[in-house]
Amino acid sequence: MENILNIFIKSIFIDNMIFAYFLGMCSYLAVSKTVKTSVGLGIAVTFVLVITVPVNYLIDTYLLKKGALAWIGASFADLDLSFLSFMIFIAVIAAMVQIVEMVIEKFSPALYNSLGIFLPLIAVNCAILGASLFMQEREYHGLAEVTSFALGSGIGWFLAIVGLAAIREKLRYSNVPAPLRGLGITFILVGLMAIAFMGLMGIKL
Amino acid sequence: MSTPEKEPLLSAKNFRLLTSPVGKNNPITVQVLGICSALAVTVKLKPSLVMALSVTIVLAVSNVVIAAIRSRIPDRIRIIVQLVVIATLVIIVDQVLKAYAFDVSKQLSVFVGLIITNCIIMGRLEAFALSNSPWKSFLDGLGNGAGYGLILIIVGFFRELLGSGTILGYPVIQKLGLYSAGYENNGMMILPPMALILVGLIIWVQRSRDKSLIENK
Repeated sequence: MENILNIFIKSIFIDNMIFAYFLGMCSYLAVSKTVKTSVGLGIAVTFVLVITVPVNYLIDTYLLKKGALAWIGASFADLDLSFLSFMIFIAVIAAMVQIVEMVIEKFSPALYNSLGIFLPLIAVNCAILGASLFMQEREYHGLAEVTSFALGSGIGWFLAIVGLAAIREKLRYSNVPAPLRGLGITFILVGLMAIAFMGLMGIKL
Repeated sequence: MSTPEKEPLLSAKNFRLLTSPVGKNNPITVQVLGICSALAVTVKLKPSLVMALSVTIVLAVSNVVIAAIRSRIPDRIRIIVQLVVIATLVIIVDQVLKAYAFDVSKQLSVFVGLIITNCIIMGRLEAFALSNSPWKSFLDGLGNGAGYGLILIIVGFFRELLGSGTILGYPVIQKLGLYSAGYENNGMMILPPMALILVGLIIWVQRSRDKSLIENK
């Protein structure tokens, strides 16, 4: 239990998807113009992460890993299909995004309308595939750990995008040198935010 | 129906396809595509070079493949088709790296796999390859790969030189004898945030040289 909590806190603050690994940067920079839309995207990303990472974990453990197919029979025991993981993971993500989109449309049209174009775009958000690949690389044990990692990463991403959007809304009233306006100052802002987040890196859990 | 004009393989228009993404239409600093991987792998020059090369290869080949079958792809499932083509190419690149450059492949870790979701590739497929001939798409892929690589190499060069005092592992600063004169490496450069700030500065330099790129308030 303690371990699960540690992974959760760690993936929010220390291994933050944006500030430590720059994952999901494209939509992070493109969508963070207003707080309202960034809240919507943040929720959608968290949601998809919590669904896809555990599903990919199950597929990886029971189908792809070396020796994972042992449950079929002894002759399958030394098969290693992990080279297929990129393709399977991205297919699962694309399919899941599609299913999530249909479910939300059916049961909560209000949420569906507020997420709008962002839902389908999540399929190509690097944070989602990145979380699945990190899950594979870091070798978490058990579904609970993986789920807490996914939820933590999602919340970390959410905090990062809402924070940046809030700063950018304020930034509109300040006098930025013309060549830095827009994209340039946003990069430097994210850099400064990342430096601030690095203060949390020393925490040992 | 007008018959398509026969144009030379490297006409002025095609040449512009190749060169404009390197400068005025750079995928990272102007189109804002493919930033995720650009920042995380640039601590040293060598992984930056390998990453730039891998992305260029995947981009050029997938552009050609999609352009060649563009009239046969049903519009509604084109994203899946594109993802399958890209994922296949990335698996090949990943296996080649693991076989011939294992240490770099370890350094790049998940970022080779993340080429699949690199927005440059999807972006160029959607914006260019779906409506142009394979040869033009190939040039577009090479050009955008080069523009992406250029930024990666600039960032990787400065981060390695100022952060570790080496270039491609060769201890330049030590050979110049600057350490004995009191010079110290800037540890800040190795940390991830500096990559963002460096790209911000590159954008600053580019836009103050080319005023047409400045964004309106």
